[in-house]
Amino acid sequence: MKTCTLSINNKKVTVEAGTTILEAAKLAGYYIPTLCNHPDQAIKANCRICVVEDKTAGKFVASCSAMVYEGADIHTNTKEVRELQIGILELILANHPNDCLNCIRNETCELRKLCERFHVRNYNLAHETDIYPIDNTSGVLVRDRNKCIKCMRCVEACQETQMVGILSPSQRSVNTNISAGFNENLDETLCTFCGQCSAVCPVGAIYENDETEKVWEALHDPKKHVIVQTAPAVRVGLGEEFGMPRGSKVTGKMVAALKMLGFDKVFDTDFAADLTIMEEGHELLSRIKNGGTLPMITSCSPGWINYAEGFYPELLDHLSTCKSPQQMFGAVAKTYYAKKAGIDPANIFTVSVMPCTAKKYESKRPEMNASGYRDVDVVLTTRELARLIKNAGIDFTNLEDEDFDSIMGASTGAAVIFGATGGVMEAALRTVYEVVTGKTLEKIDFDEVRGLEGIKEATVDLDGTPIKVAVAHGLANAHKVMEMIKNGQAKDYTFIEIMSCTGGCAGGGGQPVGANKSIKARRIDTIYNIDKEMPIRKSHENPEIKQLYEEYLGQPNGPLSHSLLHTHYHPRRHK
Amino acid sequence: MGKTLSILTKNFKNINVDTIDDYLAAGGYEGLRKVLSLTPAEVIEVIKASGLRGRGGAAFPTGKKWEQAARVKEDSYILCNADEGEPGTFKDRYFLEFDPYRIFEGMTIAAYTVGGREGFIYIREEYRRQREIVLKALEAARAAGFLGKNILGSDLSFDIKVVSGAGAFVCGETTALIQSMEGGSGRPKIKFQRTAVSGLFGRPTLANNVESYCVVPILFTKDAPVYLSQGTEKSKGSKVISLCGNVERPGVYEVPFGITLREIIYEIGGGIKNGREFKFAQIGGASGPIVSKSLLDLPYTYEDFGKKGYSLGTGAILVADDTNSVAEFMVTIQEFFVHESCGKCTPCREGNRQLLKLAHKIADKKATVEDFLTVKRIANVMNKCSFCGLGTAAPTAMVSAIQHFYDMYN
Repeated sequence: MKTCTLSINNKKVTVEAGTTILEAAKLAGYYIPTLCNHPDQAIKANCRICVVEDKTAGKFVASCSAMVYEGADIHTNTKEVRELQIGILELILANHPNDCLNCIRNETCELRKLCERFHVRNYNLAHETDIYPIDNTSGVLVRDRNKCIKCMRCVEACQETQMVGILSPSQRSVNTNISAGFNENLDETLCTFCGQCSAVCPVGAIYENDETEKVWEALHDPKKHVIVQTAPAVRVGLGEEFGMPRGSKVTGKMVAALKMLGFDKVFDTDFAADLTIMEEGHELLSRIKNGGTLPMITSCSPGWINYAEGFYPELLDHLSTCKSPQQMFGAVAKTYYAKKAGIDPANIFTVSVMPCTAKKYESKRPEMNASGYRDVDVVLTTRELARLIKNAGIDFTNLEDEDFDSIMGASTGAAVIFGATGGVMEAALRTVYEVVTGKTLEKIDFDEVRGLEGIKEATVDLDGTPIKVAVAHGLANAHKVMEMIKNGQAKDYTFIEIMSCTGGCAGGGGQPVGANKSIKARRIDTIYNIDKEMPIRKSHENPEIKQLYEEYLGQPNGPLSHSLLHTHYHPRRHK
Repeated sequence: MGKTLSILTKNFKNINVDTIDDYLAAGGYEGLRKVLSLTPAEVIEVIKASGLRGRGGAAFPTGKKWEQAARVKEDSYILCNADEGEPGTFKDRYFLEFDPYRIFEGMTIAAYTVGGREGFIYIREEYRRQREIVLKALEAARAAGFLGKNILGSDLSFDIKVVSGAGAFVCGETTALIQSMEGGSGRPKIKFQRTAVSGLFGRPTLANNVESYCVVPILFTKDAPVYLSQGTEKSKGSKVISLCGNVERPGVYEVPFGITLREIIYEIGGGIKNGREFKFAQIGGASGPIVSKSLLDLPYTYEDFGKKGYSLGTGAILVADDTNSVAEFMVTIQEFFVHESCGKCTPCREGNRQLLKLAHKIADKKATVEDFLTVKRIANVMNKCSFCGLGTAAPTAMVSAIQHFYDMYN
């Protein structure tokens, strides 16, 4: 490894050549302020707040984009550097609404934190904010361009990480703004609602459509039987909102908090994930047996579904017809559960807590009403659940663990790994192997499909029949896989898992902001640890799932399953 | 008019550019012939010795730039920046219109020297007429064997295409120009490698201003000693200036370095129009400094201007008489930058907005001492922190104006 020794504020530090001054400073113990910088993204050097003085070169440089070199004498806190950094901050504020009290990002706003850090309280620049209408046409993501600081992180998330290309900078100078499509409302575009833009926005310019009030309303309505389901990835993200270490496992606290909030039943989407495996696994076997369209692709990530419908409408036959676990849960809740509990499904109000913004879109799809009622009434993101808990004044970090309620609360290790990229594939393989071979799977962990590599492949031996599978996460990788299918280069694949977001749901667009790949990796580690500790690790062994089939559904992929748990897709068009 | 030169500009309005014949008769392509007998290293030595610096405004040593490009093993794209967007600058337009073959010759020499097969001239969208002239001249040069395969019987094969800009000022900045050529929005882009290594389409690229390419052929002809005997030790040769504003004879002139502004304005330009008094001049375009009477005897050289913290910029000299208000002129300048900032970086996007507001306040005689300090503070942020040259140079006019005209503002 080639190294460089440089001095930062007179402190010698040796780093790998090619490191930015910003990163080197971190190693020397200094956090240089940043706004446009994001560790998972390309260097942009737009905001310039990371300016430092390079005394060797006799100039001021943006430390995010300036590389270290041998003998560099860098200063991050000189009088002039501070004046420049504060100057830039003031220039941003002069164009910012500065209504932090009303802003959804108040506590998590990177700009506000910098103001606090630099103690910017008043300045003498003329205040001129932009005047754009707020776009909440989608009911999923809200865009408030007036708060935008033009860092371009959302653009990179949309164009590079996700390759969806809905958001782009338009106009120039003081009119620079981020446009959706050709200056359209979000619902008119082919936005997948993955929400990665909202997860990387440093301020409150793009955020989830907050629906916590709807939940309060239901909770306060004595006629309503309000039940809640929580997705696998929420339990490894939620704690971050309460200052707990990134990737903390807070399953029990989350359940306790939900009970304190007044939910009549606290169920687990993991239960529905096991159900999904039963349905999807059998669908796959049926496709293999009956010459159905292969490779079959998973359908539990609604951002991915939106992408496929928008960008690959000719390949929709490859998608599993299974609804996502969220929607399966809703459909079962308003039929099977309603019947068993003796409650009129009209009075059941289903809330789901998801690491995902696209789940909001999914729940609003007109076809998601197989029971005669909306499968899911309201979707909250992890961030909104935290807001709900804070709103209720619950001391989250000190809660005693509680357990999910029965009869849709039991789950397996196979279900919880749905929250990580590769998890659905692994869960499916655990079940499919045993169903096909009739043998017990010795090695439960499929390490080949784990991890953060963009596209992963594995060949699994099903009792003498090798099947080739692939896993992709992040829509840019989905794009690659779909191009392969389109060009006939994926014929030897049988089953493919695609997740809309990098890392899978653990890195979902509705998870706590401020995450990066290493934080996502920590959440994923926790997910696999939970799996390891589960007494049951295969979906088909979930007792409540067995009970569901015995008492109600009959067979996986049977007629009732088909009407309740499966769906169909249609091309999405640019309006 | 005795102060002007006619070496680099000797063909202006003297040759018919519809055919290549006049250019050849006037000694055209002698430079290239000579170059083809030299090694690339020798060519670079000659350019280095001439002290030629980029004539687009940044004044980067041309020989050094070519040397960096020559070191790259693969072929380079030979890019000619004819985006000439600095207000008050129109000298490249003259080369395009009255001496296009010289541009081709300079670019062909570059192709031979750094290794290149394809050249592009990026012409600003507003120069439509000049674009047609250049296109026609390219055909003539091709037909005469000065572009295409085995130029002048050598191994050199090189051709040039014309690309039109879409009108953004910032596209004169090389990385923005390249973005624009690649089909993207004209915004500067972060680069971690020199353009010489990774430029257009990520390929090695040599980019120079029109006038820079035009100087090069002279250095390899019999005119070289005459040309290099002009100017000063550190600023050799001549500069083509665009003189405009309230002077009797505005126009494009070739002047030796070392000439004073007074000589340019009063002898070449015929003095202030209608016998009025000189009030101020802006040097080098909208990005350049405002100078008052006290600087009229400053020699027009890189070094003398450098000592004052100024650059010569593009060679524009805009003269204003005593009927003009500096403060109102500042409003115009700031309006220009608010219009032309690409919006990418905070200091330029927001800084220019603030400076315009302050310029209005000053022009309306409502500015306080604090406002002047704010101008300096914002200008400092813009100058030190902007992403590209547009933002770093944008506050130059206002800061220099305040320096020279503080009393007037008061």
